[in-house]
Amino acid sequence: MTTSPIGRATAQPVVGPRAARRVSGTGRAHRPGGAWRIGTRTAWYVVMIAATAFFVVPLIWLLIAPTKTDHQLVYEGPMAFGSFHTFVRTWDQIYAFQGHELLTWLANSAMYSVGGLALALLSAVVAGYGLALTEFIGRKVLLSITLVVMIMPASALVLPLFLEMNLVHLLGSAWSVILPFGFFPFGVYLCYIFFSSTIPKELLAAARVDGASEWDVFWRIALPLARPVVALVGLFAFVANWTNFFLPYVMFYSDRQYPLPVGLEYLVSSTSAFNPVAGAHSPVLRPELAMATLVAVAPVFLVFLFAQRALVQGMLAGATKE
Amino acid sequence: MNVADGLPVPVRTKRSPGRGQAAGRKRAGYLFVGLYVALLLLFGVVPTGYALYLSLTRPGGKWAGLADFLNTGHDYRFLPAFEHIAVYLLVWLVVLVVLVLFLALMLHGGVRRTVPFFRFLLYMPGALAGSASVLVWLFMLDPPLSPWRFVESLFHLSSLPQVVLPDHLPFVFAVIAFWTGAGGWIVVMNGALNNISDEVIDSARIDGANAWQLAFSIKLPLIKKWVVYMVILAFATGTQLFVEPTLVSTASFGEVSQFWSPNQLAYYMAFTEANFNGAAAISVDLLVVCLMVAALLVFRSKFFEIE
Repeated sequence: MTTSPIGRATAQPVVGPRAARRVSGTGRAHRPGGAWRIGTRTAWYVVMIAATAFFVVPLIWLLIAPTKTDHQLVYEGPMAFGSFHTFVRTWDQIYAFQGHELLTWLANSAMYSVGGLALALLSAVVAGYGLALTEFIGRKVLLSITLVVMIMPASALVLPLFLEMNLVHLLGSAWSVILPFGFFPFGVYLCYIFFSSTIPKELLAAARVDGASEWDVFWRIALPLARPVVALVGLFAFVANWTNFFLPYVMFYSDRQYPLPVGLEYLVSSTSAFNPVAGAHSPVLRPELAMATLVAVAPVFLVFLFAQRALVQGMLAGATKE
Repeated sequence: MNVADGLPVPVRTKRSPGRGQAAGRKRAGYLFVGLYVALLLLFGVVPTGYALYLSLTRPGGKWAGLADFLNTGHDYRFLPAFEHIAVYLLVWLVVLVVLVLFLALMLHGGVRRTVPFFRFLLYMPGALAGSASVLVWLFMLDPPLSPWRFVESLFHLSSLPQVVLPDHLPFVFAVIAFWTGAGGWIVVMNGALNNISDEVIDSARIDGANAWQLAFSIKLPLIKKWVVYMVILAFATGTQLFVEPTLVSTASFGEVSQFWSPNQLAYYMAFTEANFNGAAAISVDLLVVCLMVAALLVFRSKFFEIE
């Protein structure tokens, strides 16, 4: 066994070369000759820029909002920049809210997301390997169940989970969200595709002949090759956990336990930011709310920015098996 | 492993090597999937079973038959909640299919070097999934703040309470869902379109197909299964609406009811009325819909291969 199969396997993208070509968008030449009438091209740009504006303008607005006071938000142009000084003041206001509660929510979000992610990785990677490369009774059934649960929206299980946690008196405990986050069938499916399509069975068979135990084969050979899919499952689990609202919303009673997405709802309910009359003297108004939203989305935004390509591959892998 | 070549091969004398190994591998298979199966049972199967049990019993555990389903079904809030969802799904699925396909086809037939740029920008709002996107759109839809106030003035909307009237909500939620979710689907459709072979497109072009015919007669039929996949997934997710109406209800100070969607109603029954059996019945209703849809996709569409 030389390094060549290993090298080939690691060089392969998660869902195979065809998907990589699809992802890069450079699979084929668009126009023979490339002679495109200027009119058509201009029309294309106009439509695309208009469509893109719908998606991007709210993001830009969100970035600008904390640079203005609530009064400026209403009376100055929606896309006008306020001042950096106001931005800092807005931050101070939201930071001071209920004894730095924003930081508590941030820490909670990190704990729940990373805790759930760790458990999801621990269970999904070995299970994906087991489903792809070992034989046992019930394998096909387990695979089918995994697919069905993967297609079902996770929120369909939230109320049943709430009823269950209520029964075992785990409501209000961090475990009530971390443990369900660890159940991540999509991650199992991604790992299953990876192991069944990129790791040659002969490689593993050779190791077995050499006397390696089943665990050694997984730990020393399969796992080192699986780094790309481990990263991918980690990214998806992180994004799903971080943005989850429904599950922590039903599990926690105390606002000190909320993760950021639920904290945002708490801010709306406790500050009357959307009720200017009642909230005129509240320290948290709309610019502060926008700032809190920025804090809440920043980590996922960074993941999207730097791991865009991997995420796109994973989205395509979710529906194809090559 | 090259090292092993020079080493003595382990000699198995006690049992027949084939059967022993196979049994060992089977055992290893169970160990590999063990943790996942435990999680699947504890946080998938057991809660579903428990919800089913609660939905068929009365408080205290006495058998109730279908009484919980009938009682919740006759609740004055039950039908409106499902009607809301139905209208929302109709609006959302039509908007999703038409606009996602339009934008994906535009991207695919467009100026190639700009495609990754546009695709990325369309995809970006996905980072705000959940409560953040709802908040952003509460800002966007508040006429005094909105960059889109010129659009809102066309509809004679001048304040947030006017915008979030109950009748408008399916449209509002469709806009929010489209803003956060469409980009991901455009990426998937674009990927599917890029997968169409050059020969197919070139030969159609040689036969004289224009861009319009190319899109409708060649490209769309070839990505049909992806459209089905998208509709099924979006349908299942759409039935679960919770964070959107919850936040809008909070922000509107009760003007929007707290049981606008079925999930909200189930939550309200459990939390405010301590009617766990009723809540369980509604969540079983929703679970059954999602399970059926998912099973349809997995076992009937040939979308997934289970070898």
